[in-house]
This record gives sequence, structure tokens and C-alpha cells, in this order.
Amino acid sequence: MALQDLCGFKDSFLNSRWNLPASHPVEYLSESPIQFVIAAADTRSSCNGLVACPASQKILPVHSHLVGTTSGTSADCALWKRILSRELRLYQLRHGRRLSTAGAAKLLAHMLHPFKGTELCVAATLCGWDGGEQENISKMGNETDDLAKTSESDSISQAEARGRNPCPSPAMSRQHCSAGGKQLVRSGPSLYYVCSDGTRLQGALFSVGSGSPYAYSVLDGGVRWGLTVEEAISLAREAVYRATHRDAYSGNCVDVYHITSHGWTRRDREELREEYYREKERERGKVKERREKQEGVEDGQSSGRKK
Amino acid sequence: AIMFTQVYGDNGKMKEYHYTGPVEHRFSPYSFNGGTVLAVAGEDFAIVASDTRLSEGYSIHSRDSPKCYKLTNTTVIGCSGFHGDCLTLTKIIDARLKMYKHSNNKSMTSGAIAAMLSTILYGRRFFPYYVYNIIGGLDEEGKGAVYSFDPVGSYQRDTYKAGGSASAMLQPLLDNQIGFKNMEGVQHLPLNQEKAVQLVKDVFISAAERDVYTGDALRICIVTKEGIKEETVPLRKD
Repeated sequence: MALQDLCGFKDSFLNSRWNLPASHPVEYLSESPIQFVIAAADTRSSCNGLVACPASQKILPVHSHLVGTTSGTSADCALWKRILSRELRLYQLRHGRRLSTAGAAKLLAHMLHPFKGTELCVAATLCGWDGGEQENISKMGNETDDLAKTSESDSISQAEARGRNPCPSPAMSRQHCSAGGKQLVRSGPSLYYVCSDGTRLQGALFSVGSGSPYAYSVLDGGVRWGLTVEEAISLAREAVYRATHRDAYSGNCVDVYHITSHGWTRRDREELREEYYREKERERGKVKERREKQEGVEDGQSSGRKK
Repeated sequence: AIMFTQVYGDNGKMKEYHYTGPVEHRFSPYSFNGGTVLAVAGEDFAIVASDTRLSEGYSIHSRDSPKCYKLTNTTVIGCSGFHGDCLTLTKIIDARLKMYKHSNNKSMTSGAIAAMLSTILYGRRFFPYYVYNIIGGLDEEGKGAVYSFDPVGSYQRDTYKAGGSASAMLQPLLDNQIGFKNMEGVQHLPLNQEKAVQLVKDVFISAAERDVYTGDALRICIVTKEGIKEETVPLRKD
């Protein structure tokens, strides 16, 4: 079911908005020692069955530490992202610090609220890294829980580190705690889903768009505590690949963005057609191997019987 | 004025020719006047081409209504769709260009015009301009630039784009001939101006064969740093 059906987007003969019923899995692992957010999206914009653009950008950077994925009507998403960037920049100039992802999500949701009930269709996930303008040490590898906590507390702002008990679990250490009435800033990776019907959700894993069921199945099968960056990226890529394979409105290429405390970095756009051919090659190779092994066993058996 | 009764039903398909029962006529503020626009960007040139047929339903209003409009010395816009909105939109763009020129003492660049057009179109998000726009021109570095839009202002920079009634037929052909897509083992030769113009002519001749709303004549605007050159080529008139 294409996203436009879910949003009740009515198709008139004046049909030609570019829709982005995309599939983009977004995930972040908060419990793992590695702190990062991965966002991946396909690149097909369609309009009533015609591919209006096979190479569109569905992941738009909002600022150095915040990236938004877009789904829904292309023009709406592009414009509201632009408005959000402007408001976040103004906030940064007025208050001297970046607004958190939660705040940005709330801002976007409140800006879209007056248009609830109209044909505006925006389904965005905001992926960012909050707070902590200081350097963060990201530890690699599956180290023990203790180290996980320390690497977390390194990234937490000074107020929290000051006078609190060492938290027994990473999840708790990232809650809003008030020590002595002072408001503390949540810090680290953050992921929010905002929709033009008013939904605003925080989570560790989201998949949005017409291909999202296919992407969810791949992600749910592969996501676990302690994924490394490479594993997560390849999982996200795989999820988008499977979704583009099965969903008609998703296709062409995949974009992958990786957000850490140092900001976002982007991988080169990859054509998924090549991935499909590579997979076919691999399968062909496996079938050949299996067949050879089978023949080998049969030869062995037949030679055995001769004896 | 001719009242345009809805020939297309609510699901976008044409209604039955024979009267089947009570028909509700609703006034539609839009009308589809046909036409195809094409733009190609080269290394140091840009081409914007359009047919010149203005149609409505089964009639042709005019055989000489080109859809390319010159904006500045380095930018041409092609607008197809509903002619009324095309005219108003180009008037608004001209006015905004003049205002910019008077306040900033320089002409708007192609990229700036594209960004401005996006906000103009989105300003009418809930009663859109029924226009498919393609801007062709030279960017600040003198390289060819093409910006393609949807009716509500979503845009991006391309190398080539076809818009309008025959766009679905022309775009795959351009993908193949200019983008060298879906071919194996071909040399990617850069496009020079003569080849590009010839390709545009051939492509429109094909479009006129297969699309009823495209035909009569072809107007080509070639934008280079010397200026804008216009060329007219006859097409099928049937």
C-alpha cells in the first residue's frame, strides 16, 4: 500500500506532485557501546505510476548534527525541512547551543499541526546527535558493560557527571534527572519520527514509507545489542535493498548517512541493480558448489559399491 | 468564455463517451492546454525547447503559442500545463526579477530563480499553479543548468528533463541518449551543441507522432554566454 493511501492523499487529475513513498530504515543503538545513528533511504520519486525522478535525495541534512529523512509529498518535505533548518539556526543563534533532536521534533510537529486535515503529507524521521560540544570517545568492539557505561558518561554533559550515582544500566543514565533542581541535557544519539497527522515518537528503530514492512522484517531479523558500525550500515543497506526489490514505489539507489558525535557523514550513492546482479552471481556460485559436492558424494558412493 | 466540463472522472480516467446516466457537472478552475517542454544542459550551453500547440479537449486554440519564456540573458523557462496559470506565473516571475534587479543592482542567477520559483509555487500549496516548469540556463560558472519542478514547488537540478504531455515518452529516450542509461559497453561522449540540437529536434518529431497534444511547430532556445538564440522548426500539424 503506497504511503499516499495511508495519508488519505487524494489523487485528482492534478496528480503530479512528486511523491516519495519511500522506504528508509533508520536505526540507532543506544545500549551498545558504539554510539551512532544510521539512516538509509532509497532514491525513487514517483508520481502516479511514473518515476518522476530516479535520483532524488530523501535524506536531507538539517544541520551538522541532524539529518532528516523524508517521505510523503516531495515538495512538502523539502519545504518543511528548509523551514526547520531556519528555525533551528535561529534557536542556535539566540541561545548559543543547538536544539536537541527531541526539541526539533517537537518544533516540527507543532509547525505542522495547523495543517492537520489538509492534504499536506510529511513523514520524517529526525536523526541526530544531541548536546556535548566536547569530544567524545567512542569505544570500538564488544566490551563489557562497565566500559559501555563509562563511554556513555563521557558524552553526557558535565552537570550529570558531577554528583550522581554510577548508573547500573546505560538506559537510566540517559534519562532526564534533576540534580539540585538544575535541568540536565540528554546527550547522545537520538531518533524521532514526526508525521503530519500529529504523530511524534521516539525510538531506536524506524522504517517509514511504502516499502517499510519489507524493511522492518529485515531489520528486526538482524538488529541486536552490540552491532558495530559496519554491521549496522550493511543491515540498513540490505533492508532498503529488499524493500526496493519488493515494493514497486521504491527503487533505484540507496543513500546511507552515518551520524556520530562529530556530525554526519555520507556514503556514496549505490545502485541497487548492481547489488541484485551480485546476489544472483553468488547464488549461481552456491548452486554450482552444491551440485559439485553432490556429484562428488555420488562418485564416492558408486566407487564404494564397485569395491 | 468556454466552460470546461469535466471530461476526466474523479479517478483520472476519461469518462465514457456514451451517456450512461445523470452526470454532475462541476466547474473546474483548471483546464489542460497540452504542450511539451524539454531542457538539456551541456558543458557551456543550455537548450530549452517546446512545441507551440495550444489545445483544449478536442480543439486546437492556436498553432503558434510557444511555451518558452525568456527571463534573463542567461535563463529561459518552459511552462506547460494550464495556460492561464503559465501566463500568470511568468508575469509574477518577471515582476520578482525586476524587483530583485532594482534592489540588488544585478540580475538573478539561474539557481536563485529556481529557488524563488519553488517558494512561489509552494505559496499556493492548496490551490496550486497547474504548471510543469523547467528552467534552463547557465549557472554562475557558465556551465549549463536545468532545474525541473513539480506543480507544488519540489525541484532539483538535472542534466536533462522533459515535462508536459509527452514527458513520459521523451524522458526514457533522453535517459538513454543523453544519460547513456541502460546500455552496456558504450562510450560516454560529452554532448556538444550541434548534436544536442539535432537530438531535440528528432525527439520532438517522435513526440508529435505519438502524442496528440504535441505538434504544429517546435521552438528551440539555445542559451550560451553570447546570449539566447531562437530557432523554429515545423512539426506535424494533424
